[in-house]
Amino acid sequence: MKLAVQVNEGPYQHQASDSAYMFTKAALEKGHEVFRVFFYHDGVNNGTRMTTPPQDDRHVVNRWVELAEKYDLDLVICVAAAQRRGIVDEGEAERNGKDGTNIADKFRISGLGQLIEAAIQCDRTVVFGD
Amino acid sequence: MSEVKKFMYLNRRAPYGTIYAWESLEVVLIGAAFDQQVSLMFVDDGVYQLVKGSKPADIEMKNFTPTYRTLGDYGVRHMFVDKASLEARGLTQDDLIEVEWEDWETEEEVDNIVEVIDADKVVELLDESDVVFSF
Repeated sequence: MKLAVQVNEGPYQHQASDSAYMFTKAALEKGHEVFRVFFYHDGVNNGTRMTTPPQDDRHVVNRWVELAEKYDLDLVICVAAAQRRGIVDEGEAERNGKDGTNIADKFRISGLGQLIEAAIQCDRTVVFGD
Repeated sequence: MSEVKKFMYLNRRAPYGTIYAWESLEVVLIGAAFDQQVSLMFVDDGVYQLVKGSKPADIEMKNFTPTYRTLGDYGVRHMFVDKASLEARGLTQDDLIEVEWEDWETEEEVDNIVEVIDADKVVELLDESDVVFSF
């Protein structure tokens, strides 16, 4: 099955990202295709490389990165939601005059059209949130 | 992308207090470009999103109620409101904004696409949707 995944909540505050990760990983291991994971609302905070959890805790951001490396996953952060919450890549830093970036490797910032396109293309869109 | 899917935006939260309602609207506005069959559903505190007379300037928030009134121009054909949610909050359809819709090609017009429906219809509509975005 071809799947789109949407993550609407930030890491650690809420289980949505954990559940989305586990669902995505399980789907990929079963041989399903995950066309895209789209991060919206506070979910964009899953894509900052500045995250530093305690060593004995899971690393929510790095888990997504490792999954993306293994399966060539498309991890997309909504640009409008990211701008509000200060998630910045090089393009955004340049456009908005910011002095640095914080996006994690393997994530990319793009528009809401990517979410709609994924929902159109996929057999199922699975939303994780509150 | 010739396939047309039934998109349902399920709005469950009050308009202010959290950003879900506004960011849900942003998806609807952007999604209009994709020419899909789009409906909105308002349940629980989500029914407050359509209540007339909001003045959120007092809490330094932009009033986005006017944006709902334009949704007919963004390809939204139906805005359903759960009757039980409305009644539980002491509201009726008279408390809600009206949203006009017009098909520019056929000139078909609907004065108000905001429709109060019962629970069975809510379930039926969600069931027949291809994509449900829950906010």
